[in-house]
Amino acid sequence: MTTAAAMPHVGHGEHAPMGFWRKYIFSTDHKIIGIQFLFLSLFFLLVGGLLAMQMRWQLAYPGQPMPGGSILPESMAPGGILLPEYYIQLVTMHGTFMVFFAIMPLLVGVYANFLIPLKIGAHDMAFPRINMASFWTAFLAGGVMLASLFVPEGASRAGWTVYAPLSARPDLSGVLLGQQLWSVSITLLGLSSILGSVNYITTVINNRAPGMTWFRLPLSVWALFITAILGILALPVLSGAAIMLLFDQTIGTHFFDPPAGGQALLWQHLFWFFGHPEVYILILPAMGMVSDILANGSRKPIFGYHSMVFAIVGIGFLGWIVWGHHMFMSGMNPTLGSSFMISTMVIAVPSAIKVFNWMGTMWRGNLRFHVPMMHAVAFVAMFAIGGLSGIFMAATPVDMFIHDTYFIVAHLHYVLFGGSLFALFGAITYWYPKMFGRVMHPGWGKIHFWLTFLFYNMTFFPMHNIGMAGHMRRIYDPTVYEFLQPYQWTNKFITVSAFCLFSVQLIFFINFWWSLWRGKQPEQNPWHDNGLEWSLPNPAPHGNWERVPSVYRGPYEFSSPEVEEDYLPQNRKLPKDPEPPVLTGAVS
Amino acid sequence: MRTLGMAVTLVAGGVALGIAGWRSSADGAQAGATISGTIKFTGTRPVMAKIDMSDEPVCKGKYQTAPTKEDVVVNANGTLDNVFVYVKAGLPATYRAAAAPTPVVLDQDGCRYLPHVLGIMVGQSLQIKNSDGIAHNIKAKGVKNRPFNISQPTNMTTTRTFSAAEVMVGLECSVHGWMKSWVGVLPHTFFAVSGNSGTFAIKGLPPGTYTIEAWHERYGAQTATVTVAGTQTKTADFTFAAR
Amino acid sequence: MPWWLPVQASSYAPQIDGMFLAILIITGLAFFIVEGGLIWFIFKYRERPGRGGGRKAYYTHGNVKAEYVWTAFPAVVVVGLGLVSNHYWNEIKGRDSVPADAYPIKVHAKQFEWLFTYPGPDGQLGTDDDVAEVRNRLHVPLGRAIVLEQEAEDVIHSVFVPAFRLKQDAVPGMHIRSWFIATRLGEHELACAELCGMGHYKMRARVTVQPQAEFDAWLARAAQGEIE
Repeated sequence: MTTAAAMPHVGHGEHAPMGFWRKYIFSTDHKIIGIQFLFLSLFFLLVGGLLAMQMRWQLAYPGQPMPGGSILPESMAPGGILLPEYYIQLVTMHGTFMVFFAIMPLLVGVYANFLIPLKIGAHDMAFPRINMASFWTAFLAGGVMLASLFVPEGASRAGWTVYAPLSARPDLSGVLLGQQLWSVSITLLGLSSILGSVNYITTVINNRAPGMTWFRLPLSVWALFITAILGILALPVLSGAAIMLLFDQTIGTHFFDPPAGGQALLWQHLFWFFGHPEVYILILPAMGMVSDILANGSRKPIFGYHSMVFAIVGIGFLGWIVWGHHMFMSGMNPTLGSSFMISTMVIAVPSAIKVFNWMGTMWRGNLRFHVPMMHAVAFVAMFAIGGLSGIFMAATPVDMFIHDTYFIVAHLHYVLFGGSLFALFGAITYWYPKMFGRVMHPGWGKIHFWLTFLFYNMTFFPMHNIGMAGHMRRIYDPTVYEFLQPYQWTNKFITVSAFCLFSVQLIFFINFWWSLWRGKQPEQNPWHDNGLEWSLPNPAPHGNWERVPSVYRGPYEFSSPEVEEDYLPQNRKLPKDPEPPVLTGAVS
Repeated sequence: MRTLGMAVTLVAGGVALGIAGWRSSADGAQAGATISGTIKFTGTRPVMAKIDMSDEPVCKGKYQTAPTKEDVVVNANGTLDNVFVYVKAGLPATYRAAAAPTPVVLDQDGCRYLPHVLGIMVGQSLQIKNSDGIAHNIKAKGVKNRPFNISQPTNMTTTRTFSAAEVMVGLECSVHGWMKSWVGVLPHTFFAVSGNSGTFAIKGLPPGTYTIEAWHERYGAQTATVTVAGTQTKTADFTFAAR
Repeated sequence: MPWWLPVQASSYAPQIDGMFLAILIITGLAFFIVEGGLIWFIFKYRERPGRGGGRKAYYTHGNVKAEYVWTAFPAVVVVGLGLVSNHYWNEIKGRDSVPADAYPIKVHAKQFEWLFTYPGPDGQLGTDDDVAEVRNRLHVPLGRAIVLEQEAEDVIHSVFVPAFRLKQDAVPGMHIRSWFIATRLGEHELACAELCGMGHYKMRARVTVQPQAEFDAWLARAAQGEIE
């Protein structure tokens, strides 16, 4: 592979002590930027959850005034009764906030920023100021998106997928400014992502410590690296499409306006060409971090490290050629349906490899169920369900029936919540000491885990069943349909479970905030992990190391016979270990 | 003494005249001229198609005989219903109408807009009522006025106003495609809709020469020029022919 | 039956349901292997403090043979599923899948109604005897191939009849054909399955499957304006 120039002894440049603003607000330190993303994303996670709670109210009790609904304006919820146009905004913005402003920044904005330099042994990112710009652009994008909820006629009403022509024609959707703000916000977010990706890719290629060869990188770094490549190629497509949409609404173009010569399907192709790599952006970092945590909790090396790397690369590559599976029923050429079906079936294979390898990691391990490990195991269990349900929709004839039903909603929540969000709960807990110098309370962490796991399955599993019954998506009032009326009790069950699920997250939030000030201050390496970050104090200092460490082995040397302890950090030199070259050469 | 008596009489007379004058200007609306007339219809009466409301039992149940479309409603006496008659031009440049305080009510009852054709002043409140209790939406296809599209999933009332004069703003329900209503938005109160007698009367006009337009949704618009003064009543009849 | 797929009312519903069942069995097996394995490992391999401090896990970096097995096996299964799926896909949605003698009905989708146009006695759409724009009522004769000539006026809608397992988007600017053969008498529902605006949830049509003679009688009445 490439000859990478790792930085030899470069002391981090001394500079004058920085004031509060330069140190914590307009910081170029990757760790601070990561933490800023963390606070921003957790805020939007909460916003997304609040929007979902309102949707669930309407689904369970259609047409009944919502408790607290009187704070909503009369144009959206007169007397607390949610109007259909408001309901569709809720649907749209729940998806938009969760995908773009919660999960994506949590996985990438937080952990790519925080972990990459620490785990590869670098002082900071290759371009610290671009990194800072990446955060503030995301912050601005979030503000614009939030503002769209409060303008006249409210936010976009075309679903998070914003299909044209509905999204392009304000006379058909009923909203003009809100949709324009959506497009502007997404373009800004795309910019933020691209700026971030530039850093992540460059840093991983160029700034690895001596001895940190490609195949000694932790899987979290591999996953974040491939994710960054996906991001830099996919986000421009989305931004381009959003700008085209904006032009249709403002300067009189007709890209998506069939009567004037445009094409409705053009939007779908553009959006999903971005959208499918996007969902791999939303899962790969989670998979990577789960690998790290699972190996740690099993006290055992990752089973099949090389295959895991190839699986990540394989998923990343195959992710570009499956986008049409979102469009099987769209009216596109059925032959395309066949080709996309094949590629979609094939992409199941690397995910299956990963699941089996995770199980292989746990097999004959010495399983230690700290809170992150619990979340990591739950990830494997829930992601397996989400992945398996994907097979149904990959089979095109079956998709004829389940497309645009709650079966799809169940699938996407199993991979995004059961997968990514559980992984994130684990990751936040795991790297919390490195971020804040404290540990989150483990007892409350376990309670939060079990209650979340329980209510999460109670909320989302039944969605498979109502989907099988034909329950459509984005429906304001299911009771309009006679064939759905027998399932209304299920909608109520899901709603109550969802309310409980949401309430239980309070435990996590309180634990998170309380521990910032009152959490126990742990030893330097509380999880007995091998990553380079654990060779630093808690919290990690500005500039990370005075002198970057040298790396002697891979990241998963747990229970190694070479030492007495059951872990062996990457930077610990044993007598027999040769000193790595100053410039890391092309070795595996 | 006589001087005092005369002075009192003059003052009282003056006050009485003043009061009469004030009252008469306050009642100026009633005291002005009137243009009235009949809208006749000639030719074969078109047959209006029946509306199938079996999707909405709530609405269907409100009718004894099957409801029909209302594009053309010819009254029993051969006159045309739902013709919007208004002053198109001729008001003095200084004329300013007072803002009408009472709102105009447009009801959705039996899956129909009642009334089918109505007039409203610029800035006057239009109260859109859903008496059916089932989901309707009201899509206003204004050109000079900002279009809007709002839903009413249950019994409720929503209020809107129009900011620009426009003849006519079409309203329709997307869920029930036969439901249409026409709103004439004017900067004055000089309009009327011919009812089931086929007649109209526009009252309280200041003296002048007016262009009166009669508008029908299918048969288009016709104008007439009428000059009035004082408290006269002048007639302007219109005839629309079937086509 | 609650908690299962709806009644089968079309000729290809059994095939689609059959595929669903097959996939359910395969994924169900995978589910039990994975979840069962996880639960078993959780208990069997948990760290036990009493087992003498310093116990270590089994130190291995993997097993290439095992990986070949669990790569090849899923690959064969998914490719097999793909081939079977493709067969049915071509039959139902392929370019040439519409039966030659199918009875045409035009579907005009608009915010927020379905307007169906039936061919008159001449059996052809686009002629003067068409029964035009019947609102939200799809009547079809039993056992006869029907082709829906779909168009959309404003935004993307989607024709979804769960009982037929039929779903096809109606796209403005595109003329799309979908087909089915109704195999069960009775009433079913048609829903819009693509978000089309605030009235999306109200875009419901009633589908009535009748014997041919009753269908003809209904069509004659509908031509006179007697829809119900």
